[in-house]
Amino acid sequence: MNTAPVEALALDAITKRFGELTANDAVSLSVNQGEVVALLGENGAGKTTLMNILFGQYTADSGAVRVFGKTLPPGNSRAALDEGVGMVHQHFTLADNLTVQENITLGARSLFSPGLGRSAARARIVDLSRKFHLSVSPDARVGSLSVGERQRVEILKALYRDVRILILDEPTAVLTPQETDDLFATLRLAIADGLSIIFISHKLHEVMAIADRVVVLRHGKMIGGVDTQDTDKNALAAMMMGTEATPPKVSPATPGAALLELRSVTTADVGSVPGLKSVSLALQAGQIVGLAGVSGNGQAAIADVVGGLLHPASGELVLNQEAVRRWTPRNAVQSGIARIPEDRHKTGTIADFDLVENAILERYKAPAFSKAGWLNWRKSRAFADGIIDKYDVRCPGADTPIRLLSGGNMQKLILGRVLEADPQIILANQPVRGLDIGAVNYVHSQLLAARARGAAVLLISEDLDEVMALADIIHVIADGRLSPGFARGEMTPAQLGLWMAGQGFDKGVAHAS
Amino acid sequence: MEIIEILFTASFWAAAIRIASPLIFATLGELICERAGVLNLGIEGIMVAGAFAGWMAVYSGTGLWTGVCVAMIVGMLFGLLHSTLTVPFGLSQHVVGLGVTLLATSSTYYAYRLALPEVTSPPKIDAFQPFEIPILSDIPLLGPALFSQTPLTYLAFVLVAVVAVVLYRTPLGLAVRAAGENPAAVAAQGLSVTAIRMGAVMAGSGLMAVGGAFLTMSAFDSFFFEMVNGRGWICIALVVFGSWRPGKALLGAVLFAAFDALQIRVQQTSLGTLIPYQIFLMMPYILSILALILMSRRAEVPAALMVPFNKGER
Amino acid sequence: MRLEPIKNPSLARKIVPPVIALAATIVIASLLAMVAGANPFSVFGLILNGAFGSKFAILETLNRATPLIFTGLAVAVAFRAKFWNIGAEAQLYAGALMAVLLGTGVLPWPSVAILPVIVVAAVLAGALLLLVPAILKTRFGVDEVVTTLLFNFIFLLFISMLLEGPLKDPMGMGWPKSARLIPEARLPRIVEGLRLHWGFALAVIAAIGIWILQTRSTLGYEMRAVGLNRDAAAFAGIPVNTVLVKTALLSGGLAALAGFSEVAGLKGSLTLDLSPGFGYTGIIVAMLALLNPLAVVVAALFVAGIFVGADSMSRAADVPTYLADIMLATALLLMVLAIMLTRFRVVRD
Repeated sequence: MNTAPVEALALDAITKRFGELTANDAVSLSVNQGEVVALLGENGAGKTTLMNILFGQYTADSGAVRVFGKTLPPGNSRAALDEGVGMVHQHFTLADNLTVQENITLGARSLFSPGLGRSAARARIVDLSRKFHLSVSPDARVGSLSVGERQRVEILKALYRDVRILILDEPTAVLTPQETDDLFATLRLAIADGLSIIFISHKLHEVMAIADRVVVLRHGKMIGGVDTQDTDKNALAAMMMGTEATPPKVSPATPGAALLELRSVTTADVGSVPGLKSVSLALQAGQIVGLAGVSGNGQAAIADVVGGLLHPASGELVLNQEAVRRWTPRNAVQSGIARIPEDRHKTGTIADFDLVENAILERYKAPAFSKAGWLNWRKSRAFADGIIDKYDVRCPGADTPIRLLSGGNMQKLILGRVLEADPQIILANQPVRGLDIGAVNYVHSQLLAARARGAAVLLISEDLDEVMALADIIHVIADGRLSPGFARGEMTPAQLGLWMAGQGFDKGVAHAS
Repeated sequence: MEIIEILFTASFWAAAIRIASPLIFATLGELICERAGVLNLGIEGIMVAGAFAGWMAVYSGTGLWTGVCVAMIVGMLFGLLHSTLTVPFGLSQHVVGLGVTLLATSSTYYAYRLALPEVTSPPKIDAFQPFEIPILSDIPLLGPALFSQTPLTYLAFVLVAVVAVVLYRTPLGLAVRAAGENPAAVAAQGLSVTAIRMGAVMAGSGLMAVGGAFLTMSAFDSFFFEMVNGRGWICIALVVFGSWRPGKALLGAVLFAAFDALQIRVQQTSLGTLIPYQIFLMMPYILSILALILMSRRAEVPAALMVPFNKGER
Repeated sequence: MRLEPIKNPSLARKIVPPVIALAATIVIASLLAMVAGANPFSVFGLILNGAFGSKFAILETLNRATPLIFTGLAVAVAFRAKFWNIGAEAQLYAGALMAVLLGTGVLPWPSVAILPVIVVAAVLAGALLLLVPAILKTRFGVDEVVTTLLFNFIFLLFISMLLEGPLKDPMGMGWPKSARLIPEARLPRIVEGLRLHWGFALAVIAAIGIWILQTRSTLGYEMRAVGLNRDAAAFAGIPVNTVLVKTALLSGGLAALAGFSEVAGLKGSLTLDLSPGFGYTGIIVAMLALLNPLAVVVAALFVAGIFVGADSMSRAADVPTYLADIMLATALLLMVLAIMLTRFRVVRD
């Protein structure tokens, strides 16, 4: 126990406005040496803006940043780094085609120094990885590493530069529960070494496990700071969301016939992402099937096979008891499959198209919207207006470019686009990623309503809590392999975590079919 | 038969190396730009500008090496223009590159007309002369081919090694390569992506201009319109062919130049009289396209090539 | 510095940057004219007068604009789908070649029969020429910028070979020049006595047609979707590669019409200097028109006016005609910058 704690980092009454939006409203946060402070908040609560101000990417409207008592000049992206603040971003900032060592040493020496000092650098990396239990080969190409290994490279990058304060942004989102334990072990070694850590997360049990103190942000405001020993998960949830978290009430499912099946589907590997290995999966009417797992383990391949973008190397896709032969995205749409894509900005919508053009994106060839190669803009517009009305898409009008809409409203337009055709099969790939709590509830209620009217739903999510709350059957995917289906409540999160880590498959358990 | 004989003459290989030299400069220049993530389609026009600037400097009385420097500076200025528009402003590298080529070409022609209003055939300068490296130039076949070239050719070969060492063995080179692979990684280490990319484009453009200057100051001794004649576009193909590596790019340039030298000689053989000369002239361009097709599956394109980077945007 | 998108740009935001770009172009050109020892005001006066000052000048400008409308449309259509066709020059010659192959007496038909046949043949030739780079792109992932650029050189050598070989006019006194078209294969003048042929009308009709296609048809919708976001288009079920190939065919066909109209409307025969870079200038036309087919007509008139005006200015004021090319290249670069600044704000931090 420190008798007189040394203040490592202090953000003092930071305020930042973007137009009418106040992203940070007089937010204060301080970390003492050897302390772990968790920064807790929903998406859009202002965590990222705060970090961008710390690293000089944005200039705060008011407030100051101090590192070990020294005030940093605003808007200087090197200042924080030079004072020993390091950050592991949620989206790794690594170059895939460079080696681990190259990634770690990038920018560590003055650009105009004559050499890279490779052997000394290498020795230091090996040293650090041994000391902090971050095993990774310095000569490996980053592109060939697993997600967990890449995170180790990111942490090594910071340690290599002798950081005194380490910030981790949602570090566990890409890890299995077991990998998370390893990460925490590393962090404890770092703390013992005198580092201070800011841990950004929205996962309450992790915050309780690793942090000494918790600071909660909501809508850009600091709601409060508490010591973890004086609080519990429910109290934190209440602070974070403003209300007690209530999981959706789900009645037991009454599954019907299998509408869509994958039978022993195998696909090729894509770079370091594994392909599917003889995956069999059935989607039944009136049932939500959840697909849990760490991202990059084959979820995209399943979504693409169902969505018509990827052809199995072997195995077949069976639609209403009939094996399909030709299978394109258009076939999928015409067969009544609603597809909610993983990335609504990159694949779900066309940013510069207006709402009308985006609304008909999948079905512009349908007789309702075009005849003999000519579009009917009047009917298309009516369709878009209908969606805007029914799904409560907040926008200035149907002729607004969709890039001007918030993520939630964008997702509502996509929901409307696919649900208006009363689809029998729904493929929801990360449907609530990045949405605020209201939009999350809306999307979930729509999926449950679809189930109630007899649709088959496949829910792919990295958020185990979401899958466990909604799915009637849970499969875990790891390294392209699919676990058997587990009924609701059959498995604990820890047990599912073992499957996510790839254990269980090796015990000779039969695949679900 | 005749063709095989040609392949064993020193003059053939000497010509190949000479033809390769401007390509080596310009290919290295393009390679540096692309390694940093910027496609520089200004190359064709920058070569034209370099060819004129170097030659004009010497014609106005400066020394040859000063002329080379003048060409390089002119190239760097066009590089500055290109990179200002494509890097901080993130404009389309296709459109800006073509615009720079048009601007460089037309302003060169404008300057030529102003400088020499009344001439029908352009004046000549005292160009670089071959310099025989003692001892090495006495090696049979190899000596006259490799070691009886002009100093600019030697410089081209030396530069290949220099660029390779800088790219792979220095912090600067690492930063350039990282900027072309993932600019966010560069920014996260507190380095300026803008500065690195702009610097790379300027340096690369300087080399392109020297490649152009080789034509007027070493291969020939005066400046003609249409002199560069698509060599810049060929260099872009050579960068792909060389998988963005200096050594392989050198190999590609020499190979390519050898074919070019060969076609010139075959034109004068009995085979050459049977085939229209245009067919031979097409060969470099067709070869470039074939090289692109050949490498299309294998090439390791810099991951962030043509991807602008805007700070704070994720 | 950083760029920040502006959600609702004001009217001033939309107008001021392009106006400054145009003004800056004029200032730069004036400085260059002064370097040449000329008075910039008189230089611009001469350009304006040379381009639009007389009936003859206007007709000359319209004639010069005709191939530029076609190549401008070809580029606009391709760039809209982000298919970088820099090969309009070669496709132009492909169209011209068809005019000469079919129009010099092989088909002894009356105008109503022969002209449509030549038009179709020209369009097909241009389309096929661009099909190769399109397939190389969609099948092998070969960048079309370089292939289309290299095709320009290859195809011009091919034309040169033909003009010195099988197509050489026996009456041409040794010049590499094709035989003249038969009168039936020539495009007639729009008004008798005025030196303006139907190629111009055809170009304007093509522009309107492309505009309708882009805004009303499913193909136009597909081309725009593919250009704006290839991943989203593919996800939604738009066959991206098919659309790119269709775009290439359309673009190549349009560029070929430029060559057809130059030979059949103006020159009457094919020579190696048929096009002073109309294919490349088409890129400037398309960019200045912001890829809008109707604006291509206006931009082509503007660009043609500068060229025609610069020709006559050069004779009168002793300033090299290359001033026109510099002006256009400058306008192109400054205009793309200006258009970006209408949508983004530069933030210093």
